[in-house]
Amino acid sequence: MADLRVNIAGVAFKNPVITASGTFGFGQEYARLYDISKLGGISCKGTTLEPRMGNLSPRIAETPSGILNSVGLQNPGVEGFLKNDLPLLENTDTVVIANIAGSQIEDYIETVRRLQGSSVDMIEMNISCPNVKEGGVSFGTSPESVERITKQVKAVAEQPLIVKLTPNVTDIAEIAAAAEAGGADAISLINTLTGMKIDIETRRPLLKNNTGGMSGAAVFPVALRMVWQAANRVQIPVIGLGGITKWQDAVEMLLAGATAVQIGTANFTDAYTPLKVIEGLDAYLDAHGEKSVMDIVGKVQVW
Amino acid sequence: MDNRYPYRKGFLMFQSEYKIQSITQLNPTTYSLVLECAELAAESWCGRFVNIRCGEKPLRRPISISEIDKENGTITLVFEVRGEGTEWLSTRRAGEKLDVLGPLGNGFFPDSAKRAIFIGGGIGCPPMLGAAQEYGENAEAILGFRSAAQIILLDKFKACCQSVDVTTNDGSFGVRGFVTDVLADKLSENKDCVVYACGPMPMLKGVAQMCAQNDVQCFVSLEQRMGCGVGACLVCACKTHEADGEHMRHVCKNGPVFDAKEVDFGG
Repeated sequence: MADLRVNIAGVAFKNPVITASGTFGFGQEYARLYDISKLGGISCKGTTLEPRMGNLSPRIAETPSGILNSVGLQNPGVEGFLKNDLPLLENTDTVVIANIAGSQIEDYIETVRRLQGSSVDMIEMNISCPNVKEGGVSFGTSPESVERITKQVKAVAEQPLIVKLTPNVTDIAEIAAAAEAGGADAISLINTLTGMKIDIETRRPLLKNNTGGMSGAAVFPVALRMVWQAANRVQIPVIGLGGITKWQDAVEMLLAGATAVQIGTANFTDAYTPLKVIEGLDAYLDAHGEKSVMDIVGKVQVW
Repeated sequence: MDNRYPYRKGFLMFQSEYKIQSITQLNPTTYSLVLECAELAAESWCGRFVNIRCGEKPLRRPISISEIDKENGTITLVFEVRGEGTEWLSTRRAGEKLDVLGPLGNGFFPDSAKRAIFIGGGIGCPPMLGAAQEYGENAEAILGFRSAAQIILLDKFKACCQSVDVTTNDGSFGVRGFVTDVLADKLSENKDCVVYACGPMPMLKGVAQMCAQNDVQCFVSLEQRMGCGVGACLVCACKTHEADGEHMRHVCKNGPVFDAKEVDFGG
C-alpha cells in the first residue's frame, strides 16, 4: 500500500482521483452503486448564480473513442445547490469541489460569495464551457481576461480556487501562467475540445446545438501534452483531466506533472472507473517501489 | 422532483456482467435477448431499462426491459439494430456475458382498477408487453408497425391481453393506418380508461393529443440520446410544462415514462 494522499492548496485528498464536473452530478446517483467516500474528491456539476435550463436535446453524440456534449450548463443555481445538493455530501468523507460558471464576472463573484461559510472545500472556476452563448469559454481564451477574472474571483473566494482551463487556445502555458498570476491556487485542465458531428442522411448536426464539447479517450494525448506544458510553466498544482479511461492514463498524467486527476466521460462507460484507477495506481506504485504518489509527479524523463 | 409521479423509486442498481441465456432474431432488424440476472430482475418492473456496454463503444446503449421473470431471475430485452453498438449486441451468443448497468428509470405503473389500453409502435412494443403482462388479463393492446414484415411479439401480446389490434402503415396486416385510428374508435366507445404508450415521437404526439382531447389520462415512455443513464450527466433532456412552469427533465432519471400532458413534444 503506497501513500496515495496528495495536498492541493492546503486541502488534503486521500487519493488523487476526483470525478470530473458534469459527469457525476452531485454524487448521489453513483452513491447508489458504490461508496463515494472512496474518491479523492468530487467536482460537482457546474453551478451558476441563477438556475439554468440548458440546451435542447439531443445534447450528446458518440464519436470514435469519444463523445460530444452540449448540455449548456443546466443546473439548479447556487441557492438550489446549497439547499438541496450540498447537504447530501456533508457526511461524505471526500473533498467537495463546487464548480462555478457564469455569463459575467459579477455572476462568478456573487456565486462565490454565496459559497462563503458553506461546507464546500474548494472552488473550481469554469472559464472554459464551450456550450453557452455568453461567458464560459470566452473568459478563458486570452491571458489578460484569465488573469483579470481569476484576480477578482480570488478576492472573494473563501475556499482555495482552482481555475479550469479550456484547450481551445493557441498557447496553454500562457493561459496557465495568467491564472497563476491572477492568484489561482491550482489549475485543472483540459475542459472539452470543440467538435461537431453530422448525420449524413438528414444532413443535420447530431447535436441540436450544432457543436459541442468533445471528451473521452480520443482527447487524452492532447490533454496530456497540455498538462505537461502547463505544469512546466507554473508552480501551483495542476489537476489533469481529459480522456482518462484507465489507471495507466492517470499514471501518465502524474508523470507529466499533474498532482491529481479527474475522471469524466469514462464514468459513463464503466461507472467503477475511478475506483479501478485508484487501485491500479496503488499497485503501480508498489510494483515500482514508490512510497508515495507524490514521488512520481512530474517525473517524466523527457528526451 | 423525482417523486412527482405516484411512482415507486428504485434504489438498488447494479453494474455487473450477466450471462446471456438466449438470443433470437424476431425480424430482419430486431432481436430478443434473455439475460440471467437475478439481482437485477428482482429490482425490475415494467417500463424500466438497462444500459448495456457494447464492445469498445464509449457510451452504453439503453434498452428497455420487455419481460421480467423474477422466479427464474431473467429479463428479456428486445432491441433493434440501429448502429454499430446494437449491431455488436446482435452478434452476441448464448453463454457469453454482457456488462449491464441497471435497472434504471421510473417505469410504468398500470392501475389494474381501471381499464387500460397499451399502445406500442414498432420497437416501442417490447416495454408495453411487460406493462400489459403486469396489468393482467383485461389489458387491451394496439400495436403499430410499418408493414407485416416488422411485426414482433404478437403472440405474446395475444397471450396476455383481452384484445390486440394491429395496424400497419401499408395495410399488409391488420388495420391499414396508424394506432391512433384504432384508439379513436376505442375512445368513441368508452373514454373511461388510461392509455400507456411507447413508440416514435410522432406517434406519441398523436396519441397524447387524442387523449388530451378526450380527457383521458396518458403515460408515454420517451426515448432520447443518453449518456450516463443514471441522472448524473443531464444530456437526455426532455422539456415539460408542469403546474409550476417549464422544466428540463431527464429521460433516464425522471422518465422514461412521463405524464403525456406535461411533455413538450415540440422540444
